[in-house]
Amino acid sequence: MDEFLQSLIRGLGTGSIYSLLALGFVIIYKSTQVISFAQPAFMLAGAVLVSYLAPQVSFFGAVLVAALVIAVLALGVERTVLRPMVGKPVFVVAIITIGVDVVVRVVTNAFIGLDVRQVGDPWGLTTMNFLGAEVQQRYLVMIGTTAVVTVALFAFFRYSRIGLAMRAVAYDQEVALAQGISVGSVFALSWALAGGLAALAGVFVATGAGVDQQLWIVALKALPAIILGGLESLGGAVVGGLAVGIVESLFGTYQGDFAPWLGPNFALVAPYALMLLVLLVRPYGLFGKREVERL
Amino acid sequence: MKGRPELYTSYAQDMAFLNTRPKRAWSLGLVVLALLVPFLITDDLLQLLATGFVAAIGAIGLNIVTGYAGQVSLGHAFFLAIGAYTGAALSGSETGRVIGFGITSLPIWLLASGLVAAFFGVLVAPVAVRLRGLYLAIVTLGLVFLGEHVFREWTSLTGGPGVGRPAAIPELFGVRLDRDNAVFTAAQQLYLVMFVLLVIFGVLARNLVRSRVGRAFAAVRDRDLAASVIGVDLTKYKVLAFAVSSFYAGVAGALLFVINGFFDPGSFSLLLSVQYIAMVLIGGAGTISGAIMGALFITLLPRITRELPAVLPFISGDATGAVTVFQVEAVLYGVLIIVFLIVEPRGLFGIWVRVRNYWRTWPFSY
Repeated sequence: MDEFLQSLIRGLGTGSIYSLLALGFVIIYKSTQVISFAQPAFMLAGAVLVSYLAPQVSFFGAVLVAALVIAVLALGVERTVLRPMVGKPVFVVAIITIGVDVVVRVVTNAFIGLDVRQVGDPWGLTTMNFLGAEVQQRYLVMIGTTAVVTVALFAFFRYSRIGLAMRAVAYDQEVALAQGISVGSVFALSWALAGGLAALAGVFVATGAGVDQQLWIVALKALPAIILGGLESLGGAVVGGLAVGIVESLFGTYQGDFAPWLGPNFALVAPYALMLLVLLVRPYGLFGKREVERL
Repeated sequence: MKGRPELYTSYAQDMAFLNTRPKRAWSLGLVVLALLVPFLITDDLLQLLATGFVAAIGAIGLNIVTGYAGQVSLGHAFFLAIGAYTGAALSGSETGRVIGFGITSLPIWLLASGLVAAFFGVLVAPVAVRLRGLYLAIVTLGLVFLGEHVFREWTSLTGGPGVGRPAAIPELFGVRLDRDNAVFTAAQQLYLVMFVLLVIFGVLARNLVRSRVGRAFAAVRDRDLAASVIGVDLTKYKVLAFAVSSFYAGVAGALLFVINGFFDPGSFSLLLSVQYIAMVLIGGAGTISGAIMGALFITLLPRITRELPAVLPFISGDATGAVTVFQVEAVLYGVLIIVFLIVEPRGLFGIWVRVRNYWRTWPFSY
């Protein structure tokens, strides 16, 4: 039972990282109808920035600064590279974001070098007793932070004027434009939000093991999460992220005993298998909007 | 009609394989040039070009499903891998470490690789039929990860990560193409074989897309709902597009590593898929010649950047130094994707069309 609880907490912890990333993907998707494959690079850049800043301005200060810097970077990318592509086929724009990802990642890798960089987080690998199971502190921190961030985001979209504008743009860009909403700044803001979330997620991924050049792969796990939850649903992104984390963690713990024929490390690809299964039953994800098609 | 080359008097004439006189002249010229090349340049450049031709076959395949039928696939690496392993397993010899069946005849294992990959394409297609747009892109991306896992673990087929296995053995009419013989060197033989295969598959693809099937693909791409209303069977044509595309991928995958002779399961990552997408987009989506241009461009790009340190001294040629040639290569690759899509969405093919139109009416081109 302890083992189960441990892997559940671990799953929720990594799952909340995926949730943060997935929220970024969904925010961008809702406002611009594009999946940004640049998220992995922003995540990596955030973690690297923290690893440089933490010795100067304490870990928490570094996280804050990094999230802001990456948000501005993402905003700049949107403004220069993505804005000329408004109205072009979404697939083409998605591929452009892959190009952005490659460029940002190569530059970031130059700052990582070949060693593993530490982000200087106060938790490390220390464990604590939680409901009778030894769990790593950092997972609890991740769950807590993600919960706070998620609630704040939902409140922002629900109650603030800008949040209302963003919802309006997601609903119908032209009507929003006619109401005097600056659709362009909504696009920019959504990229900035996604960039900040990605940077935060990157720091969490880097706690414990540190930052290396392979860190970005983690961000791709958010893709099954958003597909699982449905591309248009913020709630779905959170649920999907947590589900992916838990599935991955439980497979990691039990698959060796129950289904060894799947081979070791199947846990790493289990989210993709889960995604395929869900899509066979529900082609628009669990909470996705079923498109009404007209000619 | 002799003096009026652009006057078409029938639909068949308009849709002919090479419908204008300049096209015929260009095609003939390019084929002759390509056949002369092996006797003019060095073997390592020949190998590079041969790799480019194989990549072009794969890019044509991706172009059929993505450029013509509009089904975005990031899963091309998966189908390339299936082709590569089918070819390698069929033609390789049993060593105890990896399996092999010893059928070294090139046409047989090439066809088999294509068919096995096409079979998997048909298996995947039902999912694709239900999904569209970016959902499909991400699902096919998942396929790459699942495939990578299987190939990593199935060591008796793949040799395992970091170790790998020998690639397919090319033997045509009893002649080993990857060994020098009295007449040709290995590189010359492989170059010529790959070129002939590219011509065959290119012509086949061109014929497919100008037929009824190709028009159905284009209809599905432009508006699948409208296509189904006018009587295009969506399921049938989406499955067909995936099958044909995977067949091409299988063929390309089987040939891709013949030139190097060895490959490991790490080769078939998401990066490979992205590379093929880049070939199609930089070359020009929805054109066969564009796919070929894009494939050659992407394959030759590393070679071109290798020459940069000689011109720009601040770039270092090895892995040390502030700015290395590998970083420049990777950045250039990303920047090229971005710039091409923003500035010239029709890719290299679009540039070619502009150049052609300029000269067609020269000196009155404005």
